[in-house]
Amino acid sequence: MKLSYALPLAGMMAVSSFAAHAETVTVATVNNNDMVIMQRLSDAFEKSHPDINLEWVVLEENVLRQRLTTDIATHGGQFDVMTIGTYEAPIWAERGWLTPLTDLPADYKPDDLLKPVIDGLSYEDKPYALPFYAESSMMYYRKDLFDKAGIEMTEQPTWDEVHDWAAKLNDPDHDVAGICLRGKPGWGENMAFVTTLVNTYGGRWFDMDWKPEIDSKAWHEAINFYVDLLKNYGPAGASSNGFNENLALFSRGNCAMWVDATSAAGKLYNPKESKVADKLGFAPAPVAATPKGSHWLWSWALAIPSSSDAKDAAREFITWATSQDYIKMVGEKEGWTSVPPGTRESTYANEKYQEAAPFADFVLDAIREADPTDATLKPVPYTGVQIVGIPEFQAIGTQVGQMIAAALTGEMSVDQALSSAQRATQRTMERAGYIK
Amino acid sequence: MNPSTLKRFAIGLLAWVIAFIIFFPIFWMVLTGFKTEVEAVSDPSLIFTPTLDSYAEVQQRADYFKFAWNSVIVSFGSTLLALIIAIPSAYSMAFLPTKRTKGTLLWMLSTKMLPPVGVLVPIYLLFRDTGLLDTCTGLVIVYTLMNLPIVVWMLYTFFKDLPKDILEAGRMDGASTLQEVLYLLMPLTLPGIASTGLLSVILSWNEAFWSLNLTTSQAAPLTAYIASFSSPEGLFWAKLSAASTMAIAPILVFGWLTQKQMVRGLTFGAVK
Repeated sequence: MKLSYALPLAGMMAVSSFAAHAETVTVATVNNNDMVIMQRLSDAFEKSHPDINLEWVVLEENVLRQRLTTDIATHGGQFDVMTIGTYEAPIWAERGWLTPLTDLPADYKPDDLLKPVIDGLSYEDKPYALPFYAESSMMYYRKDLFDKAGIEMTEQPTWDEVHDWAAKLNDPDHDVAGICLRGKPGWGENMAFVTTLVNTYGGRWFDMDWKPEIDSKAWHEAINFYVDLLKNYGPAGASSNGFNENLALFSRGNCAMWVDATSAAGKLYNPKESKVADKLGFAPAPVAATPKGSHWLWSWALAIPSSSDAKDAAREFITWATSQDYIKMVGEKEGWTSVPPGTRESTYANEKYQEAAPFADFVLDAIREADPTDATLKPVPYTGVQIVGIPEFQAIGTQVGQMIAAALTGEMSVDQALSSAQRATQRTMERAGYIK
Repeated sequence: MNPSTLKRFAIGLLAWVIAFIIFFPIFWMVLTGFKTEVEAVSDPSLIFTPTLDSYAEVQQRADYFKFAWNSVIVSFGSTLLALIIAIPSAYSMAFLPTKRTKGTLLWMLSTKMLPPVGVLVPIYLLFRDTGLLDTCTGLVIVYTLMNLPIVVWMLYTFFKDLPKDILEAGRMDGASTLQEVLYLLMPLTLPGIASTGLLSVILSWNEAFWSLNLTTSQAAPLTAYIASFSSPEGLFWAKLSAASTMAIAPILVFGWLTQKQMVRGLTFGAVK
C-alpha cells in the first residue's frame, strides 16, 4: 500500500473508532413547538455528555404514531427514545414494550411532577414515561367583545350560558363566529372535545360490561347541543376545523369564544402570533350536568422501548429533557412563555413564569382537577378523560368522529349518526372479545 | 381571423389554462415558502415582503443535503437495478413469447394492486432480521421490487413495437443474444428506456410510505424530511412549503433537462 493512501486511511480509522465510542441515542418525536425547542437545546446535553450522540427523527403526529407502533410491536429496536402520549403509555407498558422508569435519581425530583400527569403515564404504579409537557382544556374568550355586548364571564360557565353568549356574539357580517369548536374527525381531534362534552352531560362510552352507550339520552343531548351550537353560531366549514385551524381563526380575531387545549394559551398570548393577545380572557371549560370529565388531560412524554440497545444513555437523555434544569434553561433562553407547561409544581411556583404567563394558575388547576380514573358520572370500566384506555379506541374514536362530523355537515341526522355509531362500536367490541 | 387560426388559438389558450391549473399548486407552494408563518395562513395574497426565514429555520432543524443525497442514491440505484432486471425479461417476453407470457405480465401488474400497508409487518420483520432497516440498500431493494412491474410493462410495449426483422438480420450476421440486446435493441429503443428510467426515478423520489416506515435517521430520504415539517399543533405552512420546494427542486430540474427524451419516449411508437 502506498503511503499516500495509508495515511488518510489510518486517519479515517482513527476517526471512526472515536465515533464508535460515542453511544448513539435515536430520539423519535413530534414536531410541536416545544419539541423543536428541545431539539435545538439538545446541543447542551451533547456537550455535557460527550459519550452520547443524539440522532433525531421528527415526524408529524399521525405518521409518528404509525411508525413507532410498527417498530415497537415488532421489536425493531430502531429507536431509543420515543415520544408517546397518555393514551399509549399504559397500553404499551402492559404489553411489556416499555422500560419501567423506577428508581429515578433524587436530584431529578420525581415528587415535583404533577400527580395526575405522572399517574396517567404509569401502569401498576410504575411510571413508564416521563412527561415533557401536559395540557388540559379551557375556554378562551374575547374580553372586548364580551364588554361590548355587556356580558359578564362567570367563574364556572355552563354550556347553557355559553349557548346564549354565542347567540349574542355571533356576528357573521364582521367575520366573527359566536364560538369555535373542533369539528375535524379523528379520535384525537373532534372526539377529544366531544368526549369531554358527553362526560359533562353525564354520558359515558361504555357501561361496566363494555356495552357501548352511544345511543343514549346523554349522548343525544350533548351531540344535539354541539351540532346546534356550531351550525348556528360556529364559523363556516366547522367540520374541517381541528386545533390548528381554530387556533388560526381565534388568533386572527374570527371567534368570540373557543374551548380547546390549554397549550394554546402561550401562542394566543404571543403578540407575534396572535392579533388578540391584549383582548384575551380565559375561563374553565364549561360544564353541564356534572363537572366530572369536563376538561381533558393529555401529555406528551418520553419513553424508552424495551427493544432499545442504549437504555442507560436514553435514560440520561429523558431525565435531562424533563428536568427542572431543562425547564429553567428554556425559560432563560427562549422566554418563560415558551416553557413546556403542565409537568412540574416548581414551574408554577416560579415567579418569572407566573409573571409571563397569567394563565398559569388556571392551567395548573385544570390539570390537577382532571382525573382519568373518575371522569364520568356513572362508573366505567376504563380510564381516561377524553380517551378510553383500550387499543381499539383509536379505530372506534375515529369512526364515531366521522359520523359526528357527518351530523355536523347535515349529511345525516344526529339520531342516525348516533345509532350507526352505536352499531359500529358494538360490532368492534364484539369482534375484539370485550362483549361475550 | 379565419376559422383554422381561431381553432388553433382556442386550443393554445386551453393548453395554457390547463398548464396553469396543473402548475398552480407548485407555484403557490414556492410562494408560500417565502412568506412568514402568519402570512401563510392569512387570506391568500400575492403581495407580500418575501423572506428567507422559513428556509433558514428549515435548514437549521435538519440537514437537507443528507436527506437529498439519500434520495439520489435510492432513486437512481433502484432504477438502475430495475432496468438491469427488466430489460432481459422484457426482451424475452416481447420477442420469445410463450402462451403464458400474457398471464405472467398480468400477474406482475396485479402485485401493484395490494395496498402496501398489507405487507408492512412481514417486510419490517424481514428487514429487521437481515439488518436492512434504515439502510439505503434496503430501500433500493424495496423500490426496485415496487417499480419492476411498471418498468417491465413499459419496456415490453416499447420492445414489441420494434420490427422483429431487425433482430433477425443481426442474428444472421452472427450476433449473440447479448450483442443483439446491447447493440441493436437498446440503441433502437433508447428513448423508451430513458423515459421508463425517468418515470422510475420520479416514482422512487416521491415514494413516501416505505421510506417513512423503513428508515429512521441514516437512510431517510427527502420524503421523511418533508414529513417532519407538518404538525397538528402550531403554524407550519411556510416551513413545510420551503421544505417541499427544496425537496422537489432537484427532480424538477432533472425533469426539465430530460423533458425532450421524456416526451419522445412517451409518444414513441404512437404514430406508425
